[in-house]
Amino acid sequence: MANVTITVDGQEIQTQEGEFILNAARANDIFIPAICYLTRCSPTLACRICLVEADGKQVYACNAKAKDGMEITTSTENIELERRAIMEVYDVNHPLQCGVCDQSGECELQNYTLELGVDSQSYHVADVKREAVDWGHIHYDPGLCIVCERCVTACKDMIGDNSLKTVARGADALEAEYKESMPKDAYAMWNKLNKSVIGLTSGEEMLDCTSCGECAAVCPVGALVDTDYMYTSNAWEHKQVPATCGHCSAGCQISYDTKHTSISDPEEKIYRVMNEWNYVSLCGAGRYAYDYENRDVTKDEVAFANAITAFEKADTLKFTSTITNEEAYILQQLKETKGYKLVNDEAKAFQTFMKDYSEISGTSLYGSDLKVAHNSNFVVSIGTALKTDNPNARYAFNNSMTVNKGAGLYFHPVVDPVIDQMGKSVLSINHAPLQEEAALYLILDLFAKKEKLPSEVSDYLASFHNMKTITVTETIKEKVIEIVKEMKVNEATGEEEEVEVEKSKMVPKKVEKEVEVDENRLLEILNAPKDFEEKMEKLLKKKDAFMLMVGPDLYTHPSSRNLARLCALVEKYTDFELVMIPTFTNTLGVSQICELDDEAGSYSIGYNTDADFKLAGLGDGDLDMPAINQQEGTLTSINKRVNPTNVAVSYGGYVLNDLANAVLGKAVENTIDYTEQLPVAKGFQEATFDSLPNHYENDGTEKRGYVLDNLAVTSSSDESVTAFDDKADVENALYLANPVRQFSDFTAKPHQSKEKPGLHASKAYLDKHELNEGDKVKVTTAKGVVEVEVSHDHFIDGEIAYLTTFDSKLNSEALFDGYRFTSASIERV
Amino acid sequence: MSKLPSLEDFKDRNVVEGSAYYDVDQREAPTTGMEKFKQVVNRTFRFELFIGLWVVLREMIKFDIHTVSYPAEKLPIGPRYRAVHEMQRLWESGTERCIGCGLCEKICISDCIRMDTRIDENSRKEVTEYTINLGRCIFCGYCAEVCPELAIVHGGRYENVSEQRAHYTDFNDMLTPMDMAISGKVAEYPGFGAVTPHEDERIKTTPLAY
Ligand code: SF4
Ligand code: SF4
Ligand code: SF4
Ligand code: SF4
Ligand code: SF4
Ligand code: FES
Repeated sequence: MANVTITVDGQEIQTQEGEFILNAARANDIFIPAICYLTRCSPTLACRICLVEADGKQVYACNAKAKDGMEITTSTENIELERRAIMEVYDVNHPLQCGVCDQSGECELQNYTLELGVDSQSYHVADVKREAVDWGHIHYDPGLCIVCERCVTACKDMIGDNSLKTVARGADALEAEYKESMPKDAYAMWNKLNKSVIGLTSGEEMLDCTSCGECAAVCPVGALVDTDYMYTSNAWEHKQVPATCGHCSAGCQISYDTKHTSISDPEEKIYRVMNEWNYVSLCGAGRYAYDYENRDVTKDEVAFANAITAFEKADTLKFTSTITNEEAYILQQLKETKGYKLVNDEAKAFQTFMKDYSEISGTSLYGSDLKVAHNSNFVVSIGTALKTDNPNARYAFNNSMTVNKGAGLYFHPVVDPVIDQMGKSVLSINHAPLQEEAALYLILDLFAKKEKLPSEVSDYLASFHNMKTITVTETIKEKVIEIVKEMKVNEATGEEEEVEVEKSKMVPKKVEKEVEVDENRLLEILNAPKDFEEKMEKLLKKKDAFMLMVGPDLYTHPSSRNLARLCALVEKYTDFELVMIPTFTNTLGVSQICELDDEAGSYSIGYNTDADFKLAGLGDGDLDMPAINQQEGTLTSINKRVNPTNVAVSYGGYVLNDLANAVLGKAVENTIDYTEQLPVAKGFQEATFDSLPNHYENDGTEKRGYVLDNLAVTSSSDESVTAFDDKADVENALYLANPVRQFSDFTAKPHQSKEKPGLHASKAYLDKHELNEGDKVKVTTAKGVVEVEVSHDHFIDGEIAYLTTFDSKLNSEALFDGYRFTSASIERV
Repeated sequence: MSKLPSLEDFKDRNVVEGSAYYDVDQREAPTTGMEKFKQVVNRTFRFELFIGLWVVLREMIKFDIHTVSYPAEKLPIGPRYRAVHEMQRLWESGTERCIGCGLCEKICISDCIRMDTRIDENSRKEVTEYTINLGRCIFCGYCAEVCPELAIVHGGRYENVSEQRAHYTDFNDMLTPMDMAISGKVAEYPGFGAVTPHEDERIKTTPLAY
């Protein structure tokens, strides 16, 4: 898009052609009142308060696009009248409830009422009974709702659940005279507002969504609030700790809102998690699973001494990726000095995958990020249960559909109704497990510039094609001429008489035709719908920004090497940008910092994982460690950003740095002293922790930490791929995944977590196996047996169930042979 | 001190008529120069000093003493005096007035108010605990002034003796006893924290359709 110059209130500003005036103004710190617009979502035009005058014409700043040389006035006499009337209307029948309202102090209705100096009321309409309802984790008070539809917009355009909509209010019509006497836009706004309140799309009593809490976060008033937070605190009492969510690789920017626990307990406690919702959207884990800290820990000297003895004895350090970059660096230091083996299977798999990918791509990291995904208009997802592996990747997928009129393909063996209901522009292809390669070959086949592809690859792709003559029945329209009799008035005589007229008509006719078609066997292998090609033609119309997201199914796949190479080829020879979803929170950071080993030795120390001696952030080990919300440090996100996070709740025990100091004979004061030492050779920067920012600018620029350098690495000229077994399948497949809102023990611990570990299955699966929620079953795979509880997950469909991994006690990974699908038999006990 | 004197009692500065005060041996004050001279001479040479002492002695043996015997007796204090807080109840229903809005906590410049709130069974905001650290309170009155519900006010209990520097008082100690509230014996609070007179004139009317 071209750069243009527009003038706002006499001030010249630079912006992009087609950018909304409101965004352009905001980016330049010019204030235009606006309530219903959400950055990154489509304008709803509900509030109309963003009126401005552009080249002498009144327009809405949130949906009028900037053109070169535009002259904009943000306030005219008429606009001021409109705005004042709009705010008066919002105050009509609004309860005087600020005293107890949870939004008080950060309420946009309060703010704009004051900003526009509304001190009297000119309008009235009889109120209707609007009773507050509990929708589960969200509480809705229609009495406070100003029907700005921000909740609806966020849920539809960003999250993709589409759980909220406007429903009839059942109020009296406005007095007729207002139509004449009121400012025009204010009347139109009121007329619409007076007809609706917010309701659930499902028509049920309870919200049944992926529970992200974004609706409550974006609500400008106290109409939608988190039930758990309700009436526990006032907004202004919180200390806001800028941080990074520690639950998945999205690394969302969050703020822990803390305050003393109670009158008698001055300890800081997290009351809620907030976000800059204009620029980042959280999932339910980040939003509600915040109180996972390791509480009441003091320095246990005996345990510490035991830990030092264990370190003397140990030859292996096992750990998970829920650690900071600094801790990963400390572990690497321990390895380098003391020769410990570092074992982290999941990060090792990712590391290997990236290495294999680099061989062809010549870069140390995948090329793109989720921000690009948001702005693309054709997204393909392969090898990931998108909504649970990385909720933000799913939001990006959905957002590109809704706001950029995009389309997408979702390749996954597990049927996902949440993805399917994003709209007709998403085509889900539920292929058999182990056929991820076919999906990547298909992408290459459909999108690669064939002439540039290495010839062996294009030959291999060609081998799936086959020209075939088939007979098709087509419906064509044929012109038939009929002679019909009509009564007509004879002009000469004035009498009516019968005449014959010729009429032509189009009649549909079925004909059989022989046609040559190119049959693509990949489609059959992938189980693609019959009319795949036709559908694709529609989906691909006017698409120019392509994005491929790949995920953890590929990293542990038996042919992960080939898959990694295919990813690199797609990135190199098609227009697709590439994002890989790191398996856990800091898998990317760990894979860059640590040299990982395959096998553990004879005595290991586990950090947040079971071992001979366990260091545990959950307090269930031999020595306590702080949880992520009690630590300073950095986390590397899917967007390749090194994001800082801060201490929200205090911690009184030992940290990994203390152990490292003792073992290595060092005296490093704080863990964050290591931030500037993170390996520059791996793309990190020599920046001190305190120099890392953590916020968004007014124009949406992400000022968070820094982005890892994507370094050039030596690539090989060998771009060959290997053939795959198109018959491969996993019988009675069982998947390894988590329900929404769950990632690890840290998401399971918080008081708002309700999900149960075990076997989660769709309705279809439960029916087929005659199982009910709560049943106990024995799951048997080639690697072992486990007895678990059955839960119904209505966010999946089809006949593949999954075993949860979030509760490490279940140790479900042990039943699998690396790859996320395994063949399993289920038996009720 | 059971009942606060009314505002009128305090506005009444006429100590002669109808009040408990009376004049004792009041003489005309000298006006001319000669009279003033005479007064000086009398006071210096005629031992008039002892006349005053005699008046005191005479009044004393009449046993009609007006000395306030504190602490057994306490003087009433002006309603706008800012002493230890009181928490009011609504008339008749006796419902606690405090809604837990937290404004007093927010405005308090000594940061000595703290409260815990929660959602109660009827989905209303409930104050579960409320304390004021009187050792830190400077009795500025901001809390009473900001309270939108006339819930927290300054009462007349001006004694703050305590064995400890941090001297807390909690909600229930400050709360108007229920029997008093519903018996109708408490008058609408006129003191510090109450709305000022003439407030009605400043309020704009709002149209209502029903
Ligand atoms: S929504 Fe805003 S204006 Fe309405 S009661 Fe709550 S704080 Fe007050
Ligand atoms: S609930 Fe909140 S966000 Fe939704 S329409 Fe009402 S005021 Fe707007
Ligand atoms: S769990 Fe992931 S997607 Fe959810 S808030 Fe945290 S970082 Fe964001
Ligand atoms: S009188 Fe002043 S110092 Fe005392 S509690 Fe009220 S606001 Fe705080
Ligand atoms: S300001 Fe008044 S109503 Fe609000 S919390 Fe304090 S005492 Fe209660
Ligand atoms: S912000 Fe533009 S119409 Fe609401």
